Amino acid sequence: MAKANMSLLRNPMPAQEPLVRARNFDEVALGYSEETAIDEAMRCLGCKNMPCVDGCPVKIHIPDFIAEIKKGDFEAAYQIISKSSSLPAVCGRVCPQEKQCESKCIRGIKGESVGIGRLERFVADWHNTFCLEDPVKPQSNGHKVAVVGSGPSGLTCAGDLAKKGYEVTVFEALHVAGGVLVYGIPEFRLPKAIVAKEVDTLKKLGVKIETNVVVGKTLTVDEIFDMDYEAVFIGSGAGLPNFMGIPGESLKGVYSANEFLTRSNLMKSYRENPTTPIMKGGKVAVVGGGNVAMDAARTALRLGAEKVYIIYRRSMQELPARHEEVEHAIEEGIEFSLLCAPTEIIGYTNPNDPRDPKNGFVKAMKRIKMELGELDARGRRRPVEIEGSEYEIEVDTVIMSIGTSPNPLIKSTTDGLEVNARGGIIVNEDGLTSRGGVYAGGDAVTGAATVISAMGAGKTAASAIDEYLSK
Amino acid sequence: MYRITQKKILNPTVIQMNIEAPLVAKKAKPGQFIILRVEEDSERIPLTVAGTDKENGTVKIIFQVVGATTKKLSFKEEGEHICDFVGPLGTATELDGLKKVCIIGGGVGCAIAMPVAEALHNMGAEVTSIIGFRSKDLLILEDEFRSFSDTLHIMTDDGSYARQGNVTVPLKEMLEKGGKFDMIITIGPLIMMKFVTETARPFGVPVTVSMNPVMIDGTGMCGGCRLTLNVEGKKVTKFACVDGPDFNGYEVDFDEAMSRSRMYADFERHAYEDTCNLYKKEVN
Ligand SMILES: Cc1cc2nc3c(=O)[nH]c(=O)nc-3n(C[C@H](O)[C@H](O)[C@H](O)COP(=O)(O)OP(=O)(O)OC[C@H]3O[C@@H](n4cnc5c(N)ncnc54)[C@H](O)[C@@H]3O)c2cc1C
Ligand code: FES
Repeated sequence: MAKANMSLLRNPMPAQEPLVRARNFDEVALGYSEETAIDEAMRCLGCKNMPCVDGCPVKIHIPDFIAEIKKGDFEAAYQIISKSSSLPAVCGRVCPQEKQCESKCIRGIKGESVGIGRLERFVADWHNTFCLEDPVKPQSNGHKVAVVGSGPSGLTCAGDLAKKGYEVTVFEALHVAGGVLVYGIPEFRLPKAIVAKEVDTLKKLGVKIETNVVVGKTLTVDEIFDMDYEAVFIGSGAGLPNFMGIPGESLKGVYSANEFLTRSNLMKSYRENPTTPIMKGGKVAVVGGGNVAMDAARTALRLGAEKVYIIYRRSMQELPARHEEVEHAIEEGIEFSLLCAPTEIIGYTNPNDPRDPKNGFVKAMKRIKMELGELDARGRRRPVEIEGSEYEIEVDTVIMSIGTSPNPLIKSTTDGLEVNARGGIIVNEDGLTSRGGVYAGGDAVTGAATVISAMGAGKTAASAIDEYLSK
Repeated sequence: MYRITQKKILNPTVIQMNIEAPLVAKKAKPGQFIILRVEEDSERIPLTVAGTDKENGTVKIIFQVVGATTKKLSFKEEGEHICDFVGPLGTATELDGLKKVCIIGGGVGCAIAMPVAEALHNMGAEVTSIIGFRSKDLLILEDEFRSFSDTLHIMTDDGSYARQGNVTVPLKEMLEKGGKFDMIITIGPLIMMKFVTETARPFGVPVTVSMNPVMIDGTGMCGGCRLTLNVEGKKVTKFACVDGPDFNGYEVDFDEAMSRSRMYADFERHAYEDTCNLYKKEVN
């Protein structure tokens, strides 16, 4: 075998030019070629104690799959990943690798860690391009299981059970399956064709997907049991958007990130002649510093904004978004206003004409400067307002991206389903809730988290449900 | 896909359809709504449930052709299908314990008020209905209201039918004469519901209004449908799709709701014209 690649730097990810991509919705990162993938794989030392695996929430056998890439056996690499992960093409694109596997990589001590996420994506894309045989629907074992919600947790749970012969039906509130992967994360970061393919694979495995069913409204969990389902997995996510409660949040031009992204991604208002409207152009302020904020900001830019600000109350170090997204956002010209927070959104009013159509639209935002003070309970320095430092900036659109909570709908219609103070469904280590036969996982349990942890929770619950129904 | 089992033109701009959706039909109660998409890539729009036929598994909707999407829907014929139909969403109108109720509907809002009147009538409550329209040719559901109401007032803005004036005129007269109601339930244009609330205020009669803001998902996920309530001097944000659509009229910030409802006015006008032009091209 060729010698290890001792370059301190990882192979850069080929990407669309910043100024070009800032005006289109095509995928930004283009993926490694076979040669680059092998070259990058050669940087892996294959450590015996596998620190990277420790950093992976679902314990993918990372050095093993990378060893197969070194040999050029990409399908073997894929098979190794798919033992632990159901959505490698997705996770390779959206996982915060720099906080997980890559943060533990020995190569990262002196230089850059191995591009594990990029390799995962390469392997998954290679498989999706070259291995086109359809999955075969297994022999039914006669047990029916229902899954609520078609985000990563629900899709994974459904897939794992279907492979074991369960007859699985997924109930989804929206008109398409995929959860945040379709309504939240934009096309330029996660092409919808990838999600559609995952859903398609499930259908071929025999999973039924019933869209337009809001559990708690159209059907309750109890009614699902009455329909002869023997277990229910709840993967309903954390979709309820939070607002700040500052004056002016109901002005025209103020969105939750969920609404803005849903209009663009799910309802396709980024296309020409859309049927669902969205505010385009002008100056846009996005409040928040997570992945959702980055996605909203970069979507606004692509919709034609002349200026987009990220408004975040801490500093660059504390930004919770994936590293790569922040880098991309900066390259694209998003302006980061750090250590400041909005205190009021100001609307336009024409004192002489109450019928002026511009009345009630956003005109400006009042912000206050912050400094970092004491450590908070989670060990982050708490932002404190600097008195008297308020100032105004002109904006036309404001997008609130300050977090989401689990939707109370299922809890409020399911007797005996216990939730914690933040609305998260309470489960044990198997994903079992306080109701027999009812399991839950993903953001509905943890509050807004990550695709990989939601997927992992779906896997755990699937094996627990299998054990429960095999008894 | 959801089949249109029946289509009926109620007046030049208002259409009634029965849609096959057994799960929704089984569950829907007066005051709840559904969200539909006409075709792949269409907008999602909310419409209130105007009735259900549990046996045949159909849901009745009544809509006014006001924008591009309702225009597209109006072109669909019996036997054809629409792409998506989800519900029932929102909470049902609270009717328990009501004995004497005034129902006030304006325009196509009467379609939503009608099942509420029907439910109350079937509960044995005394129902006074006031329904208002711009003119005679826009009148709908007169017979239905007549059969579900103990007293019925019909109003037209231009006096082309029944009595001329706003729905608030007979309301004010009744209240001034000492008329007592457990509740006024009003459904129609925001401005009408605002004035009904103002008319009732001096008499202290509880008012329930039915809000119909811009919506997307209808499950509490986007917050686009939010409105502000003034609850005991404090401003509270509510999502109409899950917390409503019914609210206490005295608490609703109508001015804000009216402003928000015009957010996409320009877009909607253009989209409507485009749809009409497209249709004209198709028929020519
Ligand atoms: C814009 C955005 C960007 C993100 N970026 C990243 C990233 O880069 N990396 C990362 O790891 N994570 C990211 N996340 C977080 C990640 O997407 C979520 O943690 C993950 O999707 C949670 O999966 P889930 O299966 O728990 O729920 P979801 O993906 O939220 O899916 C829940 C599904 O359930 C449906 N549902 C809800 N209630 C009901 C009901 N009553 N009946 C029927 N169906 C219902 C919903 O419609 C939805 O389809 C991002 C999130 C957002 C919003
Ligand atoms: S319509 Fe989206 S939250 Fe109500």
